[in-house]
Amino acid sequence: MSDAPKRKLRVATTSLAGCFGCHMSVLDIDERLFDLLEHVEFDRSPITDIKHCGPCDVGLVEGGICNAENIHVLREFRKHCKVLVAVGACAVTGGLPAQRNHIDLGACLQEVYVTEPSVRNGCIPNDPELPLLFDKVHALHEVVHIDYFLPGCPPPADAIWKFLTDLLAGRTPHLGHGLIHYD
Amino acid sequence: MNVDLQRPVFVLDGVDVPFTTGQTVMQAALAAGHYIPHLCYHPEFKPHGSCKVCTVRVNGQTFASCTLPAQPGMEVESNTDELNDKRRTLVQMLFVEGNHFCPGCEKSGNCLLQAVAYDLGVMSAELDHLFPNRPIDASHPDVLLEFNRCILCELCIRASAEIDGKSVFALSGRGITKHLIVNAESGRLADTDIALTDKAMEVCPVGVILPKRVGFRVPIGQRRFDASPISAQALEDAPRTPAPRARGQA
Repeated sequence: MSDAPKRKLRVATTSLAGCFGCHMSVLDIDERLFDLLEHVEFDRSPITDIKHCGPCDVGLVEGGICNAENIHVLREFRKHCKVLVAVGACAVTGGLPAQRNHIDLGACLQEVYVTEPSVRNGCIPNDPELPLLFDKVHALHEVVHIDYFLPGCPPPADAIWKFLTDLLAGRTPHLGHGLIHYD
Repeated sequence: MNVDLQRPVFVLDGVDVPFTTGQTVMQAALAAGHYIPHLCYHPEFKPHGSCKVCTVRVNGQTFASCTLPAQPGMEVESNTDELNDKRRTLVQMLFVEGNHFCPGCEKSGNCLLQAVAYDLGVMSAELDHLFPNRPIDASHPDVLLEFNRCILCELCIRASAEIDGKSVFALSGRGITKHLIVNAESGRLADTDIALTDKAMEVCPVGVILPKRVGFRVPIGQRRFDASPISAQALEDAPRTPAPRARGQA
């Protein structure tokens, strides 16, 4: 090791149309997080609560694209991150939210907020601060260029660890048998 | 090498593969312990050549190795970057043409499409998903039909017609609108004589034809392709030619 401390890689993370399960899987790398923090520092992320992404080496994006705000955040990440990674089934394929894609959006909202049997006096939310919903949910690569894909629901903690350590070591990340999972 | 000198030989990726006249390149390769990625090929059925995942290159031309008759002296390329790139693209097209939501699929971990994709290192579909609308058929008391996952391999059609003698399934339409249908006037599986013991119930490589009330009885993580990749397991499925006798040995 050289005496000069290596610059830490700056990492941003966010969840778009996701459930934060992939972020939980990042936490599931457990005590290896301490090793990781020797090499990385976090920019925008639920971990830091920084609201906007600055220049970063790596952006980890969980979740697909289901509304206008998702597009803005994704474009901000693409603009500021040298390496952009789609993390998890929803980011890679649209995932669970995309299961509504064959249903008319109006009919979907009507069912969820009005006619669903357990709802009393429901109404479809229309606050102007709510981002515009898209009629279809999309995978990230359908909107911006994605450098790496990390599939899984969520990707196993060991896959996240292997991916990040490969990247930190300057290798092309490679997940072999047992680490590539779509489920 | 322990090769029966009486059998003709072709070359697969630089290795001699002995074959019996009438065998296809795929049959001879698997029997000799060499994996060629494939989806619609099944050792118990006449090769069909529809998925093209098993494409190989011979003398500059590409062929589906499952239907290509083996010839003496043939030089076959299979495990090359170029062909594996094409295979990845074919598999990615199958993923975006249907609705393959692995986290919610009972077949996950036992699915050949998924296992082939894992083995080829497919990390994403990369293409735009088409999100077709294909309603399921839950009419039958014991069998669920999930058309969203069909890859048109026709194995269920072949099994039902050739082995079960029932012809429960068929394909309809052309090109991108081609789809699996049920051979009943109502179009419903409940109005056919399919039974859980039918061969058609066991050949679906993906999660289209599912017995009901099975679900996730075997948990994710303990399923077929969790143990080892399909490239290792396909060889176990292949019908073996008798171990070649080496000449000059007892």
